[in-house]
Amino acid sequence: MLEPLIYDRSSPGRTGFSLPVLDVPPADLPGGRVRRDLPLPEVSELEAMRHFVRLSQFNHSIDTGFYPLGSCTMKYNPKVNEQAARLPGFAYAHPLQPVETVQGALELMHTVQQWLMEIGGFAAVSLQPAAGAHGELTGILMIRAYHRSRGDKQRTKILIPDSAHGTNPATSSMSGMQVIELPSDDRGNVDLEALRQVCDDTVAGLMLTNPNTLGLFEEHVQQVIGLVHDCGGLVYGDGANMNALLGIVRPGDLGIDVLHYNLHKTFSTPHGGGGPGSGAVGASAALAPFLPAPIVAMRDGQYLLVEPDQTIGRVKAFHGHFGMAVRAFAYLRMHGAEGLRAIADHAVLNANYLRVQLRQHYHVPYDRICMHEFVAEGHWEAAPDIRALDISKRLMDFGFHPPTNYFPLIVHEALMIEPTETESLETLDAFAAAMLQIAQEALDDPELLKTAPHETPFGRLDEVQAAKQLVLCCRPAELEPVTAQSG
Amino acid sequence: MTFIPHTDLDRQHMLAAIGVSRLDDLFEAVPAALRFPQLDLPAGISEMEVMNELQALAEDTTNAHQFTSFLGAGAYDHFIPAVVDHVLQRSEFYTAYTPYQPEVSQGTLQAIFEFQSHICNLTGMEVANASVYDGATALAEAVNMALNHHRGRRDRVVLAPTVHPHYRDTVQTYLRGTDVEVVGPQGFAAGLPSLIDHIDDQTALVAVQYPDFLGHINDYGPVAEAARASGALFCVVVNPIALGLLEPPSAFGADVVVGEGQPLGIPLSFGGPYLGLFATRQAYVRKMPGRLVGETTDDRGQRGYVLTLTPREQHIRREKATSNICTNQGLMALAAGVYLTVMGRQGLRRVAELCYHKAHYAAEQIGALPSYALWNQRPFFHEFVIETPLPVEHISRQLLASRIIGGYDLSQWQPELANHMLVAVTERNTREDIDRFVEALAEVGNA
Amino acid sequence: MKVPDDLKYTENDEWIRVEGDEGVIGITDFAQDQLSDIVFVEVLEDVGASLDQGAACAAVESVKAAADVYLPVAGEIVATNQELPNQPELINSDPYGQAWILRIRLTDASQLDNLLDAAAYQQSIEARNH
Repeated sequence: MLEPLIYDRSSPGRTGFSLPVLDVPPADLPGGRVRRDLPLPEVSELEAMRHFVRLSQFNHSIDTGFYPLGSCTMKYNPKVNEQAARLPGFAYAHPLQPVETVQGALELMHTVQQWLMEIGGFAAVSLQPAAGAHGELTGILMIRAYHRSRGDKQRTKILIPDSAHGTNPATSSMSGMQVIELPSDDRGNVDLEALRQVCDDTVAGLMLTNPNTLGLFEEHVQQVIGLVHDCGGLVYGDGANMNALLGIVRPGDLGIDVLHYNLHKTFSTPHGGGGPGSGAVGASAALAPFLPAPIVAMRDGQYLLVEPDQTIGRVKAFHGHFGMAVRAFAYLRMHGAEGLRAIADHAVLNANYLRVQLRQHYHVPYDRICMHEFVAEGHWEAAPDIRALDISKRLMDFGFHPPTNYFPLIVHEALMIEPTETESLETLDAFAAAMLQIAQEALDDPELLKTAPHETPFGRLDEVQAAKQLVLCCRPAELEPVTAQSG
Repeated sequence: MTFIPHTDLDRQHMLAAIGVSRLDDLFEAVPAALRFPQLDLPAGISEMEVMNELQALAEDTTNAHQFTSFLGAGAYDHFIPAVVDHVLQRSEFYTAYTPYQPEVSQGTLQAIFEFQSHICNLTGMEVANASVYDGATALAEAVNMALNHHRGRRDRVVLAPTVHPHYRDTVQTYLRGTDVEVVGPQGFAAGLPSLIDHIDDQTALVAVQYPDFLGHINDYGPVAEAARASGALFCVVVNPIALGLLEPPSAFGADVVVGEGQPLGIPLSFGGPYLGLFATRQAYVRKMPGRLVGETTDDRGQRGYVLTLTPREQHIRREKATSNICTNQGLMALAAGVYLTVMGRQGLRRVAELCYHKAHYAAEQIGALPSYALWNQRPFFHEFVIETPLPVEHISRQLLASRIIGGYDLSQWQPELANHMLVAVTERNTREDIDRFVEALAEVGNA
Repeated sequence: MKVPDDLKYTENDEWIRVEGDEGVIGITDFAQDQLSDIVFVEVLEDVGASLDQGAACAAVESVKAAADVYLPVAGEIVATNQELPNQPELINSDPYGQAWILRIRLTDASQLDNLLDAAAYQQSIEARNH
């Protein structure tokens, strides 16, 4: 059952707002600059509320059911985080207030910086980048600035494994660097020989995701990092998969020079249907001076905003996603070191448990102990018409969100599965049972899969039509000009 | 306190199924010498204790609901209807992911489609994306798009000096990996003719702000004309509340409209998360960064929505993508969508008028004080600059004692602007608040 | 997979049909199959433009992928297919006929010798399909 567009629910003259009357003498409006029409919805507050509640009911969410999207870390979003972020002192502080008035907020940011430094093994952290990709841009610009500060202008290459997330090469291009793709070996690791061959003094750095997008801990990680360092390059760590590393190993200790954290993955801040995230960046002592400005420092018992000595500059307005830092603070404060270790332990436990359940019916190309996620193939020779897409659509009928499809690119019909540590054994068993049933249906009743989903409010949507007709917004019919009101 | 449900029995069962005896065995691949570090973090505490700690930190933070605030400069204290947060707190919205599986994400997808529509209708542009990080990065992405549009053959960008300083700085950072130069008059007082002088056939994009950083409403028609004549894209950075009253940039030739959506139902939150608005003409749709939701039908004949034109994005185009953006500001776009829905056609106009009239009242009252002066007589929206008798820092401290957060100290932006304060007034400032502010200013001025 | 004998091919899945001192260019049946439903075609240069061998001359988009089309040999553009922007799906249904993308006047016919003939292109497809 559809929910009409809010513009289709509108009725001319209807209002849903409540504002005070004008309590000062009105001034003259700027002549010739006042707009004649303002095509926005006209609904009552009840209609607005119903509209959005009904829309929300079309969504699957973590709070609705299992959401094993590989590489996204769909763990439970604690509600205390939401309560904390809404404390008035946090919600209504302006970023440009004098620092004496915002010591509490600055202390929170400073503390989160310190904790992330400790968890990652870094000398300094900036909370400014708004998301993981933004953190990547920050890190690559920092690496570039570092080399140029030493006169190494010829270092223009960034090495990127073929299993990397698309943001990695996109970021490198945006930073004016040349992308060199590195093949993976037959165990899913970075191919050492291929790496050795490209390491020279034109290499600025390597972007490394560890565990990688196959869910595997790089078996020669120290050698990989060593080879890059030996030729004078630096290593950028994509921290998307940090859920497997908390209290297990610190990327800084492995030799990573700069890394972004995804607060909206590892540190439980909610995904929001596509953000906001937060891509805090940690840096080694050598790269710390290049961090974006400002970061929070403590001097003589006071918190203030400072500019790192050789900063690459701002990467956005103001300080960063403070609201997400509050949520991460609450999360980290409740867990402590023991709690963080338990997260990694159980994230990895859950992933391996699912792997051994599923491998009986799905080909798992790199079938060894995985980290927090693993990749299976959504394809059988005995059912040639069935693809990862069809399995995913059928999973929705069982009340599960599908795993990540078609990523990483190096696995055919990839299904990337990340359960996270907040899911129970019962949920994992139910998911495995559904996947088993689907594997059987692929042989007995493939049409059922090809035409899935059946139990959801919407069926398969026509993406070709969307791309060809390109209806990207709706405009309400011509309205009467809005006249000025003065209270 | 953790959110992990496993019992000892669960663990035993699972370890046996996997074929290892202890949890530690799962980490054999990690270099032994570096494995299992002792993290120096305070021990975990209960939810109740965490809230107590956070409460203390929050109370040690002055805020605009506690004091009356006249601080703007790119982030504004507006009234947020209760409905907005109620919708944001629906689990199905905030604990959902990016809508890659449209069959179970129609709530998010339709909400974004409506948001895109609101932004098109507000700005007069033909397409809008699902959001970027904030106003500053939206401008940087517009620059990127223009460079891409010109296929790398133009290497200059002209930015007006009254574009927000954080936005100018962000553009500079984003251009670090390129040979592109940012040019334009350096002085904030430079008029539009001197801006136009910098536009030539090497210019990829010209950007101005509306209202500008100092609050002024300028006539950008000649700038648009100069941009058009040299083939540069004309970009206007907007305040969406101002667009409730003022004619949209489409009326004077904008090719791209970007801006900060924080005033649309998003709290100040000490700087973020905010909402980057990005809208443009249909002709540039394939060069737009960020996610786009399009209308379509499902296999049951129902109207529905999907992410579309995804091949532009990083996960497919990889190193050839125009932008690397992935996660954006989805929930903030929802907040803006709810705000614009309940405010609606009449409400947004009313908010804009309240801000406009109150700001003009405040300006008049302050201008009448003997030791203060209104700095500039040009038309303004809800921000204006005053000349103060003493350094703004000093005045601000005195104001705080009266529970007032003063305006922005412009000497932080331009040293020549010592003793100049940028004052913002919104619908949240009552007449009493404004009168108190004026009185407090008078007192400091006479002391 | 159709691989007409009278055409020459590139490793990047472009084809060229030589007609005197002109050449007609498009993308192959294999390419359209890989891309699946094509929704958009854009020619990047105008009639009259002179391009080198390997220059990016067009972009093709489907729902799941985007591909650049490169000029198989150097030439000056004399015509672009006006039907294609309105009916991009022609590339899927008739890649060698109605879905030609550009017509050029060759500036160096000897470059044709470096291209693949039908048999060599057939082998190239098979190698990639493993």
